[in-house]
Amino acid sequence: MSAPSPDVLAIAEHRRGDLRDVSDQLVTAGSELAGATGGDLHVAVVSGDVEAFGRKANREGVDVVHTVADGEEFNHDVYVQAVEALVEEVDPRYLLAPNSVNGLDYVPAVARRLALPLVTDVVDIEAEPLVATREMYGGKVETEIEVADDRAVLTIRAGEWPATTDTGDASVEPFELEIDESRVGSSVNGFEEVGGGDVDITEADVLVSVGRGIDDEENLELIHDLADALGATVSASRPIVDAGWLEKGRQVGQSGKVVTPDVYIAVGISGAVQHVAGMKGSETIVAINTDPSAPIMDIADYAIHDDLFEVVPALIEEFE
Amino acid sequence: MKVLVAVTEVTTVDDEFEIDGLAIDDRYLGADMNEWDEYAVEEAVQLAEDGVADEVVTATVGPEEAEETIRQALAKGADRAIRVWDDDCAAADLLDVGAKTALLAGVVAREEPDLVLTGVQSGDAGFMATGVSLAADVGCQWAAVVNDLELSPEEGTADVRRELEGGVEELTTVELPAVLTIQTGINEPRYASLRGIRSAQSKELEHVTPGELGIEPATIEGALRLIGMAEPDVESEATVLEGSAEESAAELAAVLRERGVGVEG
Ligand SMILES: Cc1cc2nc3c(=O)[nH]c(=O)nc-3n(C[C@H](O)[C@H](O)[C@H](O)COP(=O)(O)OP(=O)(O)OC[C@H]3O[C@@H](n4cnc5c(N)ncnc54)[C@H](O)[C@@H]3O)c2cc1C
Ligand SMILES: Nc1ncnc2c1ncn2[C@@H]1O[C@H](COP(=O)(O)O)[C@@H](O)[C@H]1O
Repeated sequence: MSAPSPDVLAIAEHRRGDLRDVSDQLVTAGSELAGATGGDLHVAVVSGDVEAFGRKANREGVDVVHTVADGEEFNHDVYVQAVEALVEEVDPRYLLAPNSVNGLDYVPAVARRLALPLVTDVVDIEAEPLVATREMYGGKVETEIEVADDRAVLTIRAGEWPATTDTGDASVEPFELEIDESRVGSSVNGFEEVGGGDVDITEADVLVSVGRGIDDEENLELIHDLADALGATVSASRPIVDAGWLEKGRQVGQSGKVVTPDVYIAVGISGAVQHVAGMKGSETIVAINTDPSAPIMDIADYAIHDDLFEVVPALIEEFE
Repeated sequence: MKVLVAVTEVTTVDDEFEIDGLAIDDRYLGADMNEWDEYAVEEAVQLAEDGVADEVVTATVGPEEAEETIRQALAKGADRAIRVWDDDCAAADLLDVGAKTALLAGVVAREEPDLVLTGVQSGDAGFMATGVSLAADVGCQWAAVVNDLELSPEEGTADVRRELEGGVEELTTVELPAVLTIQTGINEPRYASLRGIRSAQSKELEHVTPGELGIEPATIEGALRLIGMAEPDVESEATVLEGSAEESAAELAAVLRERGVGVEG
């Protein structure tokens, strides 16, 4: 393969009629990268109301917006074909997309089909040579990955780059594409909202949130007692809900609820990125965890590095 | 139908650890079956119990030490296992998505399964990409982050729910064969029974080399180089409440009261 252009191609994301916030963050990451390579930043919007999305994706720093009108909602087969065709057209050095559930449903396929190296869930990028920073072991360490290739596909973690919200003066170019229907083997039939329940954890001023550190369903009693003593509501990390110990409506995080209480007390929760996505906006964050290197400590205002089975009973006593 | 499950053994890290160059010192490391793969194995075993799957085969890219984890999958009901590894795999400082894809695709080409289940992510590397990449490599359909699965083998389709962000699920139909990346909570993974553990000892666990699958060393090396590892720069501004559990609880109680928590009226 001959050397690529110095350009960067970023694929915006939308869902059910809205361009998602991460798209504006993608523009920031993309224009930083294009600044380093000395190339242009191309942004593509694929499917849905591409005219409206295209206007919105036209942010400062974007040189060209490509609109691909095929399809309504996200369909990975349409995206794979569209992005492959765009890569052929733009011949970018770097292809960028959000590290979202839908991003992860087409980007790895594109990278594989085009035989490009893929680095996912990137939190920082330095270019020339390309070094991407990403976490390992549930956020306990950060690794630097150098890409020994003159092209790469990167998916970026939401919330790591600030959003670019100023309007730009990119040229908006409709991109004509002939979808090969024989290569469309999936269909999206609809959407469903989940996670109801009898309590609305998003309304609570104080949340006592329990994670896998609680170890056993029987021990949940302790958490309920603490919540009662504090006049708080009980929420949880995902494993507690997966195990069926609490209902889905109490799950905090990327695939649960986003909460912003005055006080969030994380008990035996490590602070995985998908959990933090749902609670980082809390006013005061308290973490009770035996592991001082747990990522939750990075965002906590108050931390107790100790056994919850010692601390929680003592705390209940303080309030009785 | 034949179901292949990609099972990986993840490296776990102790609470306190030290980084030695580009790796965490061995003393602080442990191993476990990847959490997401436990759900994938369970889903496959349930398909067998429901008479939908005739055979459940696991595929692992990993060293001999991973066999303990592989036996766990066999003890839970998988029929046989394939493990891929050689010195080139061991020498790679990072098996990237491309390498894992090529090796697993080699197994898929041999086994020709009707359905491949992987986890959404490996708990250590967390690329979240191997399943979809594998589907593209072998040229079949896929769905990422699946938390519900209905198979219609006669129609040759799978109806899945994909868990999107913010409590929204997407209802999707994909053609078979397909690779599905399985999300936690899709089922309740079983514990292995004593009988299962005993019978796992006699189940076939085959070791193949990348060479036998036609994979070149260059593919295993890949294009990604691990050049740095560090504990994240903790910008933590947390006030650590020290002392015995009673002391720290008392300090926390004061902090909470200041914020009006637990104060009557
Ligand atoms: C696509 C996707 C979506 C996801 N969505 C969500 C989501 O919405 N919400 C969510 O929460 N997760 C979500 N996850 C899962 C997430 O990645 C983590 O697996 C999960 O958040 C871990 O939960 P945890 O912190 O309770 O468990 P662990 O990570 O296992 O942490 C348990 C913690 O308890 C501590 N501990 C153990 N014993 C004690 C003790 N006696 N006293 C004090 N501390 C103790 C440990 O040190 C550890 O830090 C998602 C994952 C994916 C891939
Ligand atoms: N070394 C491996 N051996 C077998 N399967 C793997 C391996 N690494 C990843 N996988 C599969 O791919 C999934 C996603 O892993 P990853 O893309 O690394 O996050 C895992 O849940 C496994 O099902």
